[in-house]
Amino acid sequence: MTSTAAASVVGQPVSRVDGPLKVAGGATYAAEFDPGPGLCHGAIVTSTVASGRIASIDTAAAEAAPGVVAVLTHRNAPVLPYHEHKGLTDPPEGERIHLLQDDRVRHQGQPVALAVAETLEEAVYAASLVRVSYRPESAVTAFSDAVAHAVPPGPRYRDRGLEGDGGRGDADAALGAAPVRIEAEYVMPRLNHNPIEPHGTVARWSEGELTLWDKTQWVDNVRAEMAAVFGLPPDRVRVVSPFVGGAFGSGLRPWANVTLAAMASRHVDRPVKVVLTRRQMFGITGYRPRSTHRVALGADRDGQLLAIRHEGVSETSTYETYAEEQLGSSEYLYACRDVATRYRVAPRNVQTPNDMRGPGKVTGVHALECAMDELAAALDMDPVELRLRNDTIVDQSTGVPFSSRSLRECYQAAGERFGWSRRNPRPGAMRDERGRLVGYGCASATWPAMRQAAEARARLLPDGSAVVSSSSSDMGPGTYTSMTQVAAETLGLPLERVRFELGDTRMPTAPVHGGSWTMASLGSAVQAACAEARRRALAEIGRADADLAAVLRQIGEPVEATVRTEPGDELRRYSAHSFGAVFAEVAVDPDLCTVRVPRLVGAYGVGRVVNPKTARSQITGGMVMGMGMALTERTEVDPRDARPVNSSLADYLVPVNADVGELDAVFVDEEDPHVNPLGVKGLGEIGTVGVAAAICNAVYHATGRRVRELPVTVERVLGAAVR
Amino acid sequence: MRPFTLERPHDIATAVAFGAADDDQTDYIAGGTDMMQLLTDDIRRPGRLVSLGDGVLDDRIEAAPDGALRLGAAARMSDVADHPAVREGFPLIAEALLSSASAQVRNMATVGGNLLQRTRCAYFRDPGVHGCNKRAPGTGCAARDGVNRMLAVLGGSEHCIATHASDFAVPLVALDAVVRLSGPGGERTIPVEELHRLPGDSPHVETVLVPGELITAIEVPASRAARTSHYLKVRDRESFEFALVSAAVALDTDGGRIREARVAMGGVGPKPWRMRGVERALAGAACDPAVLRAAAARAADGTAPRPGNAFKPELMRRTVLRALRVVGGQP
Repeated sequence: MTSTAAASVVGQPVSRVDGPLKVAGGATYAAEFDPGPGLCHGAIVTSTVASGRIASIDTAAAEAAPGVVAVLTHRNAPVLPYHEHKGLTDPPEGERIHLLQDDRVRHQGQPVALAVAETLEEAVYAASLVRVSYRPESAVTAFSDAVAHAVPPGPRYRDRGLEGDGGRGDADAALGAAPVRIEAEYVMPRLNHNPIEPHGTVARWSEGELTLWDKTQWVDNVRAEMAAVFGLPPDRVRVVSPFVGGAFGSGLRPWANVTLAAMASRHVDRPVKVVLTRRQMFGITGYRPRSTHRVALGADRDGQLLAIRHEGVSETSTYETYAEEQLGSSEYLYACRDVATRYRVAPRNVQTPNDMRGPGKVTGVHALECAMDELAAALDMDPVELRLRNDTIVDQSTGVPFSSRSLRECYQAAGERFGWSRRNPRPGAMRDERGRLVGYGCASATWPAMRQAAEARARLLPDGSAVVSSSSSDMGPGTYTSMTQVAAETLGLPLERVRFELGDTRMPTAPVHGGSWTMASLGSAVQAACAEARRRALAEIGRADADLAAVLRQIGEPVEATVRTEPGDELRRYSAHSFGAVFAEVAVDPDLCTVRVPRLVGAYGVGRVVNPKTARSQITGGMVMGMGMALTERTEVDPRDARPVNSSLADYLVPVNADVGELDAVFVDEEDPHVNPLGVKGLGEIGTVGVAAAICNAVYHATGRRVRELPVTVERVLGAAVR
Repeated sequence: MRPFTLERPHDIATAVAFGAADDDQTDYIAGGTDMMQLLTDDIRRPGRLVSLGDGVLDDRIEAAPDGALRLGAAARMSDVADHPAVREGFPLIAEALLSSASAQVRNMATVGGNLLQRTRCAYFRDPGVHGCNKRAPGTGCAARDGVNRMLAVLGGSEHCIATHASDFAVPLVALDAVVRLSGPGGERTIPVEELHRLPGDSPHVETVLVPGELITAIEVPASRAARTSHYLKVRDRESFEFALVSAAVALDTDGGRIREARVAMGGVGPKPWRMRGVERALAGAACDPAVLRAAAARAADGTAPRPGNAFKPELMRRTVLRALRVVGGQP
C-alpha cells in the first residue's frame, strides 16, 4: 500500500530535499536574483559617532565619480511616510530609525548616505568619497554607565507577558534561612550575528508595485514594514526569499538594506541591490545584548532548592527597548518555593539588539546553570544529582503541569553516553594522555514549545504529484524537507512526488520562521491542508480508501485546499517546553591555560522528531554556537565611543572546524499528546542553551577555577591561576 | 575601493621603477591575501598597483649543501612548509608556517609578502576609526587606551602599540635570517630583525625599505640548533587566528649542555622580538629544568603592558618555558 509506505516518512532521517540544489550552486539567494535590465548597486555610508547631528555632508566628489547614478542623504532622500508598524519581532517600545529622514545620529554604524552606481565597485568607491562631519552630542557609550540607568522593560512588554519583576514567595527570607547559599555574578558579552550570507536586498518598482528579493525569516513582515514605510497597501509589495544562508534570528527584522534598496530604486527608477558588508553587519543588524546576571541560590543540606534570586540587566538602544525573557527559566526549570527575578534593560547609544538563537534563555540559563554548579560544589554533591533532586512535573511559576518533561531521562541518556560515572568529583584530579587537565561539566537546557497561527495550501495535480506552499522560510533547519515529509505522509504520496514551496508573500501566510515553532505551527497547517485536499479528492469519486495518485489521474484536474490552523487553549492548560541535558568535556593546558572541548554530548526531549537527521544537525550546530559563546565569541564595544572594535571575521572569532571535537546529540523517546497535533515541541534553539554553562562548569572541574565572565579566554583562566 | 591602474611588469627593474617614481601612489601585490583586505577595507588607496606575480620574483626553495636555505620571495607559504629541507632542517619554520592563517591563505600567500603584512590592530583595520597614527599620521592612537588585548607589550610607543602579526618572521629572527632587497639604489642584504622599525613617533613607516625596494629572497643560514626546534603559538582558537603570544625556540645541545640557544617571540611587539636575555641565560648552561625555568623567567624583561594585555608577560614566560621544555626534552 502506498499510503502505508508513505506514512513511515515522518520520523525518518530524510536527506535535505534542497541539498543537491545548494551544493550544486543552484539555489538562488537574495542578492543573486536578476531583477531585469538596469540593475544598479548601492553602497552604504555609515556614521562614526555614537550620538549627534550631521553637521555637513559633502557628496560632490561622490556624485562626480565614475558610474554614479545618485547619492542619497537626508538632504535629498524622499520623505517617507514611515507609518507606525510593529511586527511580533519588532520591539514594542520606542520607534525605529527613519533612514535618511533627518540629521540625527543615534549609533555608530547608522546609515547616513547611500551611493548608487552602475557597478558595486563604483558604488563602494563613491561611498568612500562622501565626507560627513558631525556635531557630537552626549552619549551613553559604556555598558557600565548604561547599567547605572537601567529601567524595567516597559508597559508594552508587560502586555506581551514580559515583566521586570517576577517570582513567588519570599526569596530573600528563604535565602537568609537556607543552610547552604551561593551567590555569584556572571557577565555575558554582546554576540553578533555572523551568518555566512550577509543581509542583502534587490528592489524593483514596476507600475507602483514594489518587489523585493530579500534575505529574511519572515517575508510577510518585510512586506508589512515596507508598506508602512512607503505608505503602500500591503498588496502592492511582494517579497521573495526562497533561500537563506543562515540567519539565527538576524533575519527577523528588515534592516537598512531593505529600506535603502527600495528607496533608492524608486529614486533612480531602476532596480537597486544593497548588500551589507561584513563590517556593516556589526553596525546595522541586531545582536545578542551584553548582560550581567547575579544569581543567589539557597538549599538545604540534601540539595533541595529553598530559594532562587536571579537578577539580570542587558543593553538596549536609546531609541527602542529590546527586552528578552532572560529569567523565566529560573522560575520554572526547578522546583523551588521562593523565587525572585528582576530584569532591567540599560539604554545605550548603540543600535537595537535583536533575537539570536535561543534569545533570553541562552543568557539566563547560562547564569542559572553555572550557579547550580557552584551550589553543587558548595554542597559537595554530584551536579547531576542536584538537578534531579529538584526535578518537577509541575511548572511552579504557573501551577500547571508540564505537557511533557523528560529532563531526568535526558540526564540519564546523555550521562551514560558521556560516561559521567567516570568523573572524579575532585576538581583538578583528571588528566589526559598529554598531561592536560580534564574536566567534566553539565547543564540543563530548556526552550518553550510555542505555536502560532499558520496557513498552508496543498495543490494536488492530475499526474499524482502535489505542491504544498506557505510563505515560511528555511534558514537552515530543513523546513523544505520536514514539511515535505509531513505532506507526503498526510497525503499518502511518495516523498519524491511532493514539492514544498516557501518564501513568497504570494503564498498562504506562515508565521515568522523563528521561536523554534515552525514545525509546530506550519507543520500543523501543512498536515491540515493536505488532509483536507486529500479528503476533497477522494470525495469527488466517493471512495475514502482509494489510492490518491490514481484518484488524481481519474479527476484530471487540480484539487486544492488552503487551511489555516491556530493553537487552542492547550498552552494555558499545560506548560510546554523542550528540555535537555548537555555534558561537556574540556582539556585545559595547565601552563598555557588554553581550553579545548574534545566532546559535547546532549540528550533532548522535544516531543516527536520529524526528521532525526536534520534534527541532529540543528542540535550539533547549536552546540557549536554555544561553544563559540563559551570560548571565543564577543563583540568588543569600545567604552569610549560605543563603536564595535572587532567588526570582522578575522577579529570576531567563531569556532572553526579545528575547534570542534566530537558532537553527540540524541533525542529521548517522548510522546506529548497535548502540545499540538503533530506532538512536536521544537528543537531549533535548545541546542545552544546550556552549552556555555556546561563548558564553564567543566573548566571549574578541570582547574578548580570559576571563570564567570565569557568568553573563557586564556587570560581569564590564567588570572584565576595567578591569584 | 579607489580605482587604480594595475601594472604587470615582467622583471624586477621595471617593478622597482614604478615604486621608486612615486612612493605614495604605488603599492605592490603578490599573493594578495593581505593587500586585497587592505584595498576592500579602504585602508590602502594606491593609484597604481604593481603585480609581482608575472615572474618578477622567483618562488624557488633551495637548500645549500651546508643546509642553508634560500627562499625566493614569491615562494608560497604552503610550499615552504612542505619542503623536506625545511621540515627536517628547520622544524620551527615549518611549524610557524603551518600555524599561520588557513590552508587556503597559505596556498596563495608568498613568504616575502608575509613579512610585509600590515598589523591586525582592529583600529588600524577600521577606516571608521579616527585615531590611528599608522593609517593617518597625527590622528592619535585609539588602541593605547582602547581594546588592546592583542597588542604590543614590547617596543611600542605612545603613538602606536600595534603588533606585527607574522608567525613566519619569528623563527627567521631567531635564526638570524636575512632578506635580499632590490631597489632603486641596487641590491642589499639586511637581517630580518632589522627589516621592521619600531613605531617611535612615525608608526606609519613600518620598514626600512625605501620606495620601490622589494624583497627578492629570504636566506636562512645553516643552523645546528634549528634541527631541534619548536614554534609554539598560543591563540584563542585552534586554527585561522593570530598569536596572543608565540615562541620560536632552537637549542643546540651537546652532552646535556646547551651550546647555543635561539629564542624569539611573536605577538608581543611591532616586530618579531629576539629574546637575548633568555638566550644568554641558556648558553653554556646545563639543559635541566631549573635552568630552563630561570631562562624563561627572563622572557618578559622590559615589557610595558597596557591594562588590556597585562596578562601577556606571564603568558610569555609560560610559553617560552613550554617551548624550551619541548625542545630540551624536559616536558
